Amino acid sequence: MITVENLVKEFGPKKAVNNVTFSVQRGEILGFLGPNGAGKSTTMRMITGFFPPTSGRVAVGGHDLSEDPIAAKKLIGYLPESAPCYSDMTVAGFLGFAAEMRGLRGSARDAAIEKAVGLCFLRDVLHQSVDTLSKGYRHRTCFAQSILHDPEVLVLDEPTDGLDPNQKHEVRQLIKRMGEKKAIIFSTHILEEVEAVCSRAIIIDRGTVVANGTPAELKTRSEVAGSVSLRVQGVAVDVVRSKLGGLMVAGRVYANATGPSVTARIFPRDKGVNGELAKAVAELTAKEAWHFDELHTEEGRLDEVFRAITLPDTVKAKDA
Amino acid sequence: MSPDSLRNVWTIAKRELTGYFNSPVAYVFIVIFLLLNGFFTFMLGGFFERGEATLNSFFTWHPWLYLFLVPAAGMRLWAEERRVGTLELLLTMPIAPWEAIVGKFVACWAFLALALALTFPVVFTVGFLGSPDFGTILAGYVGSLLLAGAYLAVTVMTSALTRNQVISFILSVVICFFLILCGWEPVTNLLVRWAPDWFVNTVAAFSVMPHFAGFQRGVVDLRDLVFFASVMVFSLFSTSVILRGLRGA
Repeated sequence: MITVENLVKEFGPKKAVNNVTFSVQRGEILGFLGPNGAGKSTTMRMITGFFPPTSGRVAVGGHDLSEDPIAAKKLIGYLPESAPCYSDMTVAGFLGFAAEMRGLRGSARDAAIEKAVGLCFLRDVLHQSVDTLSKGYRHRTCFAQSILHDPEVLVLDEPTDGLDPNQKHEVRQLIKRMGEKKAIIFSTHILEEVEAVCSRAIIIDRGTVVANGTPAELKTRSEVAGSVSLRVQGVAVDVVRSKLGGLMVAGRVYANATGPSVTARIFPRDKGVNGELAKAVAELTAKEAWHFDELHTEEGRLDEVFRAITLPDTVKAKDA
Repeated sequence: MSPDSLRNVWTIAKRELTGYFNSPVAYVFIVIFLLLNGFFTFMLGGFFERGEATLNSFFTWHPWLYLFLVPAAGMRLWAEERRVGTLELLLTMPIAPWEAIVGKFVACWAFLALALALTFPVVFTVGFLGSPDFGTILAGYVGSLLLAGAYLAVTVMTSALTRNQVISFILSVVICFFLILCGWEPVTNLLVRWAPDWFVNTVAAFSVMPHFAGFQRGVVDLRDLVFFASVMVFSLFSTSVILRGLRGA
């Protein structure tokens, strides 16, 4: 549904987006990650036709954004970053305006508003002026505007920003449900959100795509991915360290005493996530008759991958 | 123009007009416009002292009255969209940018037309006291409306230049002031001393005053109509160029 090819956007001498290429199919939810100023919003603005690209091509539903912008824009629902609304209108008036701009009239218009209001929990404030709304309500009003015409493509720039935890949960569920039939791109800073909602994630840094894969794939890039954590009681640290180090499949071993228990992290000799290492550790504990509280294989952490990929090289060096 | 385009222009104009009347701006504007009109016509213009059954003392002041009131009415049109960020929403809707520009312009012009229409008691007054030429009065109203439209188009343009309404207002007043003065004799006399004739004539031709004066005498000249229409078309076209530039094209 969405095809982005070699997209470049320059603001004067600065390249905000540099040669970005990806595509999103129907039924896919793409999480757009990246530090502030990485070019997420600029890319989204080009997809929705607000910014014309310096070079490259965006097509939505087969319509090129620069050749046939109106046909492409008809397919898109867009929630801009700051969730702007016309403050001199009521919520109902604003949604009515947005529906009419989408070509919905009469009963089709009313039905669309009714549905969006229900999905976004706006019934209580329907006749209130946008001016007087709290941030969360204003955000949801703008979100309602983006789904009014039941678009095939949704572009959401930080859809859960400024919401309370319950509302965040609701919006995530809503995105997930809608993602079954639509192509959705959304940007976020919250990494759990990506794991909970996205079928695929792209990490963008300084204008270029630095990672593209399912959340599970991205997590295996993590340092700790595939390592095994173990916590045992009543054994000396040195014993634990040497016994674990003696395992065939084990690589580096770190062990620390924390109170009465010992916590150990065992890295596999060959990198990768599989059950072998955990199995070997479990057999060892049984053989030595250690009493363990915890034994699990790390899947890797997205925030760690994110940091490793997007930190500037100077900061990486300082951390190390 | 397709029916879709017309519908989009109408939707945008309707939203803009509702916006005016949802806030006190519209009412304050109309009241001040009518008060000032009354003051200028009857106090400064010497409506009664003239002893003529005309509205000359009424229309004479319009270029000066509009100089401040029209930019005040139109300064928010794009500046506010830019400040709040709704510009992004509006321009990602499935519409052509010119439809939004025309829609906003038409809405504000219709609002100014309403304010102007509410000056109707002055027509009754002159009709009650004497027997005026109603054709001349109608021509005067048409001229006044066109003048307001020309100023408004300039304001629409300056409004797209900035996200600050005050800057938009000041720029617009300065440009409109130039449009009044550039055909005024003291100014042209200044130019005549050093500039070639063709230059003086070109500058003077930009003045709204001679074009507006024709309407006051009851003459609707095609050249005057073309003048006002071209100021509007040029300013609105410039607006579309400015908006495209904003998005970094």
